[in-house]
Amino acid sequence: MNQDFPFRLDALRNPVTRRISLSQAVHIDLPLLGGIVVLICVGLFVLYSGSGQSMDTIVRQLSRFAVGMAVMLVLAQIPPRTYKRWTPWLYGIGLGLLVAVLVAGAEAKGAQRWLALPGFGRFQPSELMKLMVPLMVSWYLSERSLPPGWKPVLLASALMLVPAVLIAKQPDLGTALLIASAGFIALFLSGLSWRYIAGLVVAAIPAGAGLWMVMHDYQRQRVLTFLNPEMDRWGSGWNITQSKTAIGSGGIEGKGWLNGTQAHLDFLPESHTDFIIAVLAEEFGLLGVCALLLIYFAIIARGTYIAMNAQDTYSRLVAGSITLTFFVYVFVNIGMVSGILPVVGVPLPLVSYGGTSAVTLMAGFGILMSIQTHRKLVPT
Amino acid sequence: MPRPITLKDHYRETRVFARRSVVALSLVFLLMLALIARMVWLQVFQYEKYRTMADENRITVEPIGPTRGLIMDRNGTLLADNRPHYAVSITKEQSPDINATITHIGELIALDDALIDRFHKRLQQRQRPNTPVALKFKLTEEEIAIIAVNQHRLPGVTLDAYLVRHYPWNDMLSHAVGYVGRINEKELQTLDATNYSGTEHVGKTGVEAFYEDQLHGTVGFQTIETDARGRITRVLERTDPVPGADLMLYLDLPTQIAAVKALDGRRGAIVAIEPSTGGVLAFVSMPGFDPNLFVTGIDYKSYQELQDSLERPLYNRALQGQYPPGSTIKPIMGLAGLHYGFTDWGRSIYDPGFYKLDNDNHYYRDWKKWGHGVVNLKTAIVQSCDTYFYDLAFKMGVDRIHDFFLPFGLGKRTGIDLPNERPGLMPSRAWKRAAMNQAWYPGETLIVGIGQGYMLSTPLQLALSTAILANRGKMVHPRMARLVGDDPTIDDKPMEQIKLNNPQDWDATIDAMRDVIHSATGTARGINQDLTYDIAGKTGTAQVVAIKQGESYDASKLKEWHKDHALFVGFAPVKEPRIALAILVENGGGGGSAAAPVARQVFDAYFESLAEDQIDNTFTGAAAP
Repeated sequence: MNQDFPFRLDALRNPVTRRISLSQAVHIDLPLLGGIVVLICVGLFVLYSGSGQSMDTIVRQLSRFAVGMAVMLVLAQIPPRTYKRWTPWLYGIGLGLLVAVLVAGAEAKGAQRWLALPGFGRFQPSELMKLMVPLMVSWYLSERSLPPGWKPVLLASALMLVPAVLIAKQPDLGTALLIASAGFIALFLSGLSWRYIAGLVVAAIPAGAGLWMVMHDYQRQRVLTFLNPEMDRWGSGWNITQSKTAIGSGGIEGKGWLNGTQAHLDFLPESHTDFIIAVLAEEFGLLGVCALLLIYFAIIARGTYIAMNAQDTYSRLVAGSITLTFFVYVFVNIGMVSGILPVVGVPLPLVSYGGTSAVTLMAGFGILMSIQTHRKLVPT
Repeated sequence: MPRPITLKDHYRETRVFARRSVVALSLVFLLMLALIARMVWLQVFQYEKYRTMADENRITVEPIGPTRGLIMDRNGTLLADNRPHYAVSITKEQSPDINATITHIGELIALDDALIDRFHKRLQQRQRPNTPVALKFKLTEEEIAIIAVNQHRLPGVTLDAYLVRHYPWNDMLSHAVGYVGRINEKELQTLDATNYSGTEHVGKTGVEAFYEDQLHGTVGFQTIETDARGRITRVLERTDPVPGADLMLYLDLPTQIAAVKALDGRRGAIVAIEPSTGGVLAFVSMPGFDPNLFVTGIDYKSYQELQDSLERPLYNRALQGQYPPGSTIKPIMGLAGLHYGFTDWGRSIYDPGFYKLDNDNHYYRDWKKWGHGVVNLKTAIVQSCDTYFYDLAFKMGVDRIHDFFLPFGLGKRTGIDLPNERPGLMPSRAWKRAAMNQAWYPGETLIVGIGQGYMLSTPLQLALSTAILANRGKMVHPRMARLVGDDPTIDDKPMEQIKLNNPQDWDATIDAMRDVIHSATGTARGINQDLTYDIAGKTGTAQVVAIKQGESYDASKLKEWHKDHALFVGFAPVKEPRIALAILVENGGGGGSAAAPVARQVFDAYFESLAEDQIDNTFTGAAAP
């Protein structure tokens, strides 16, 4: 990897043939940044409405995005090989913190997800693992001959399932599923045999039954509600009935910004966090939803482009799994709110109100930018 | 760190990755299409359904009950009004544990099991979720303060203001004004469901019941938008309720109060009528009850006490009590005899103290054991001679008596604007044949001649017949209400005049009635001291025939209840009568000694009230009505 250096010098020495743009010099991928900024702006408009026109909420969300942007820019400066070097260590630390959370974590809303750090406030190790699991699986697989045989597949599975189980025990089923799927995406992109995938689907049935056995009551209730929301319209089915009502009553064109009755009269629960897509669907209608999905698709397409153009296996797998995990967020959230998936606590990325998940997502985009902008400059 | 050397096929890895990326991106695209398809299903195909659900979520049509009209006496004094009160209510949806909340409230203010039972009943009957249900009504100032201070610890508990019908004169007017009470299930079926959708109370008795439609008003509606907690966020549309019409009665409160006081705790009834209009000036049935007890729901024990009381306070004696009128009907009996030509003012008979029919061994006794001696019609009225009227009645026969008495309002409902009036009874041959399938006996005619036997009348009927007598035969319809809103209560029928063969008999009879009070031999001469006006009247004493089995086993009480009813009818002043009345004192003894003094107090009170009115009117420069 020592060849990196002369190449770079060469590029700087001869700017006409080795043209390097300013954005590349400061390690920013402009198309990706553009998509993120547009998404954030749209999100803030919807959040203003969903939070009951609270300027306070907007200011707090903006300050989190500022932190997220800073994290993204800093992470973009670090070359991918540094990530690769640090991956096993950071993964190990993250795993240790997860154990610490279960032993000595702070409890809130019936779940143990936080570690109190004196001087730093509270810290959620599962957020770190959202990035570290795809990085770790990518690191492990990039050292192996691909497509992976059954032994690496088993080991890679262990790398993602151990933290997933630890997080599920907090209990935080949503994050656990996201982390497991991030690891699985890395496996899939590395060329996981279709036969294994078919086997997994077959094995999922008894696994589902087993999962049901170990689920908490409220998690089971969520699944039951998902299967039949009309069963208990005023009880546990309330959330999903109200969000479907909000979406459906929006129609094609929507009721107009700030005119959503479901959100503004508090019928819609969690209207500024997990259910915010319902606010958008109610106020901007089908057209608004399509526009939002288009922005998401643009970001995901750019991420996939970055992954395909990455110059080593590690970078490819990291970029691919970060990008596709981002899509899993989008799909699970919208699917949940519109009633085609069970209610799991997954926010709508970069739109839902909430600090840590936004910062984690931006950190992921920082890594993507790093991969894109630290490429060896191959003449095209 | 030595590691096994793995041979990496970079070209193949890149190719596999690129293929997988394309697969993944295609999958992303398809899943996004699935999401859009879901949105299209919800937002296009099921748009109508969800649009309706969203509107139903937030929009509620809520009735607004009208404010009930006020009731006042002829001088504008309030007899029934609406006062603000506070109730402590619980909204079930906002209370995590309703029973714990009730227990908590019970620690702060007094709650009994009956209250809690009624609360649960009301909770079940509630029509909409998220509406508060009252637990305890009519909180005292102290209770309001205690709940308000602790409200933050009582989720879902609110203090709600509401208007309550209030009767400031308590038992004085209970049988005239009546009361409102909660609408019961039977009434729910007959009342207009829309107009009463915002109303909880309905008139149950008295004027409150009779003028229910006018007093109630018209319901208003508001279309409101509520949030998920049932709080009203804005009113989308509003139709104001039309308040009920105020009612002004003919009743004169000072006279009413004087009448209640004159009865002095005795059981009885007093009805006073303004002869020129038929307006009821006083309407008393004693004992009464506190109508305020019924408004927010009387508890079972208190109701049983009222119901079981031997004094029968719930019984409207003036309207429903049917008593033998006794000697009070003698002036009309005399008029009948004059009209049909069976007597004249000059004719006299000898009264030995009894009357005897030819083929009958029964002695029909006069109240005066040794008799009145030689009596003519005038002395027979003044001294209330029974024998004279035995003779007169026997000569006329019961059917003529029946026919002559009916136009005086006796033996049929007067049609007063009060519910549940009783008709009394004016017997005739036809009646006895129809009712008992028996022939009429001549002896029965004799006792009808002195207002006993089958003949029954209500105190209201006696007051009405006295008013018609005072009018010299001009009939009137008795009325409680003078104005409904601004409209006078108009009589449907034009006033008729009872025609006598010799119209001078009116004044001659009234002159005899005047002597009942103003002559040395009159049966009511005891009340003629210091009179500033003159009175025409007639005393009566009605025998209490029997007391129903099982009403009382109290021997001393039973004896008391066998005493005669004391009666008095009269009007004043004689020439231009302003007031005609009937007094009944149950088991009061003699009419002259027990009932006539009551009448004197009522007359005095009324004329004093009239004088004050005049002073008021002179002072304010208003014309007298």
